[in-house]
Amino acid sequence: MGDPGPMKGDVMADLFSTDAAQEAGLGDFVQLLKPRVMSLVVFTAMVGLLVAPVHLPPVTAFASVLFIALGAGASGALNMWWDADIDAKMRRTQNRPVPSGRVQPGEALGLGLALSGIAVVMLYLAANLLAAGLLAFTIFFYAVIYTMGLKRWTPQNIVIGGVAGAFPPMIGWAAATGSVGIEAWLMFALIFMWTPPHFWALALFMKEDYSNAGVPMLTVTHGRKVTRAHILVYTLLMVPVAIGAALTSIGGPLVLAVAVALNLWFVKGAVAIWRRDEAQAEADKYAVEKAFFRFSLLYLFLHFTAFLLQAGLRLSGHGGW
Amino acid sequence: MSFRPDHELHKRRLGRNLGLGGALLAFVMLVFGMTIEKVTNGTPAAVFVGEPIDNLPAAGSGVAP
Repeated sequence: MGDPGPMKGDVMADLFSTDAAQEAGLGDFVQLLKPRVMSLVVFTAMVGLLVAPVHLPPVTAFASVLFIALGAGASGALNMWWDADIDAKMRRTQNRPVPSGRVQPGEALGLGLALSGIAVVMLYLAANLLAAGLLAFTIFFYAVIYTMGLKRWTPQNIVIGGVAGAFPPMIGWAAATGSVGIEAWLMFALIFMWTPPHFWALALFMKEDYSNAGVPMLTVTHGRKVTRAHILVYTLLMVPVAIGAALTSIGGPLVLAVAVALNLWFVKGAVAIWRRDEAQAEADKYAVEKAFFRFSLLYLFLHFTAFLLQAGLRLSGHGGW
Repeated sequence: MSFRPDHELHKRRLGRNLGLGGALLAFVMLVFGMTIEKVTNGTPAAVFVGEPIDNLPAAGSGVAP
């Protein structure tokens, strides 16, 4: 008799281990929904809903924000389904559930489609048709227009893709009022103008990632000097939007003061990025670009917090124009 | 009497099932809460067709919404 080989039990154990390593846990499905992006969507949608002149009852307001966030999560799952090939090539994204093999592409697609349907229908029932329609358009825009089209096709991908991220406060406003006013458009424009400087600053210090994946980021197609100039231009264009929003009915002295301070700070950072060359950036390991990126997150958070605080002051009769 | 410890695979499936169960329970409670709130604040017919309450005929007028 020859070598009996591994015992049956050992083989089963090995197969079992492989299956266990491949089978997704709850956390993997949560990760498909891009919880960090969702947190930003929850916050901006909540502000859009709370600063609106019409106030929804608490459970309906809570449900509206939840379903807007669920729609954002659904579009994130659809994005991860489609982008698994390029995610696998980038260090920042290669451990995502689909490229790492923990979630099958079909599962991500199914989850994305199912949650999209649930989110849109439930937002219609909770709020109104306009809000649900805007949410459906946002999911379509992010998953189809941005992910399947623009992202791999044009270096302006970030600019146009920013539309999807800019919609949540407008949907929140629409959920409360049933319409879309100038204030909702200005909140939309603020996020839209903020997105390119935010992502291009990231692209400046993550250059190998985007190059390896073949994503036509501006840094790859037009070079880093042009990207630095674009960051400055979009930052300057954002200033009138931020100040303009502070002068509308959602603004007030507090929002104006915060907008002026934040924009001065942001423009200062953008000018610093514009004046640097690659040698200087390499020398301090992109310290200025990384600081600008971190501050950009704070910028948006503080701006929307100011809208919220101003609305609170207005309600208590201590603020607003 | 001895029980074999759960395999990692079973723990992961249990976690997933509990998560799904929790999400479904939360969804049911949310829909229930929303229903109570909407029924309390307006006519049931109005709230689920998304029609402003003011546009609907008064109760008992005999006109279907």
